[in-house]
Amino acid sequence: MMTMTTITHHLTDDLLMAYAAGTLPEAFSLVIATHVSLCDDCRARLSGFEALGGSVLECAGVAEMSEASLHAVLARISGTAPAKAPEPAARPKGVFPAPLQDYVRGDLDAVRWRPVGMGVRQAILQTEKGATVRLLHIPAGAAVPDHGHRGTELTLVLKGAFRDEEGRYARGDIEIADEATEHTPIAEPGEDCICLAATDAPLRFRGLMPRLAQPFLRI
Amino acid sequence: MAVETGEVDWAEAMQRVRDHADRAAFADLFRHFAPRVKAFLMKSGTDAGLAEECAQDVMATLWQKAHLYDPERASVATWIFTIARNRRIDAIRKARRPEPEDLPWGPEHEPDQAEVVALQQETERLGEALAQLPDKQRELIERAFFGDRSHSEIAAETGLPLGTIKSRIRLALERLRHEMK
Repeated sequence: MMTMTTITHHLTDDLLMAYAAGTLPEAFSLVIATHVSLCDDCRARLSGFEALGGSVLECAGVAEMSEASLHAVLARISGTAPAKAPEPAARPKGVFPAPLQDYVRGDLDAVRWRPVGMGVRQAILQTEKGATVRLLHIPAGAAVPDHGHRGTELTLVLKGAFRDEEGRYARGDIEIADEATEHTPIAEPGEDCICLAATDAPLRFRGLMPRLAQPFLRI
Repeated sequence: MAVETGEVDWAEAMQRVRDHADRAAFADLFRHFAPRVKAFLMKSGTDAGLAEECAQDVMATLWQKAHLYDPERASVATWIFTIARNRRIDAIRKARRPEPEDLPWGPEHEPDQAEVVALQQETERLGEALAQLPDKQRELIERAFFGDRSHSEIAAETGLPLGTIKSRIRLALERLRHEMK
């Protein structure tokens, strides 16, 4: 492979453990599943946290289940043999890893973009309430308007790269920002930048549009 | 202890379910794991009736999806934990669970017995290391997995400052990593 990508910005233990435990909002889980699809390091760490979940399940007590309960399940599976291993499905390779393709129902060309100003486009993906996740398309060389956060924001680069005060982020890199972060990501020249971004509070864009417009645009 | 939690047995039981639709092996798995799944769900705040129903669903899934169990990648307890976790998200929280893209082994992969044994030994060590954590640290790890509780909710419930919870969890993880070296 000539195009070597090295992921330098990874997930924190907090986020991986919460994803393993299944306690994150769906929007965050999608960003994490997409990052792990691209990052063998975080995949290995995730399987460590899932093993810890297994140990917790093994050690943390029992609640009585009746024999009747066993017989109910035996009746349910009666006459059915366990399914045979399916042929490995050939995943169409693309820009988006499989979990993201499931939400977009396709790859990059299936995204229905909406302009949000300054050449930036977005597509909000459908998830449970409490947090939102969107794809962002930032033109090469353009800045995503300066914004602060009222919660946690995860930004995963899928194509192109951006830079901000913290460093350079390319495909597979994830930026984790919280309330204290004030940053101005700028897409590198030469290639448009596509990111997957999740927030558990609305973004506060500065000076781009009146606040009243935010609920309307769902930013 | 080793026999009681013996991963060797559970991985074999899974194989008998998968290859021979062995109902006796399934009953053994059920008697060991279903009460643990039920307890796990109840500790997540699910009432006993729904927890029992979901534990039944989890065990039925184990039967139906036995072909997906890979003894080289996970212990049986870990695999069941992930099924129970996903059932909680799906049935109780009514949300989807995005999963990472699967890494294929390639055609006709047969599990490597040495790898399977190594994983079982690691699993036992992890269980022991977890049991040996100071109570305060172990309880926070457990609560983190029982789920649907953020650190700040645990803080409100236990009266511990958020910083204390985070540093205890960090210490616990450092300790577990040290034990697993």
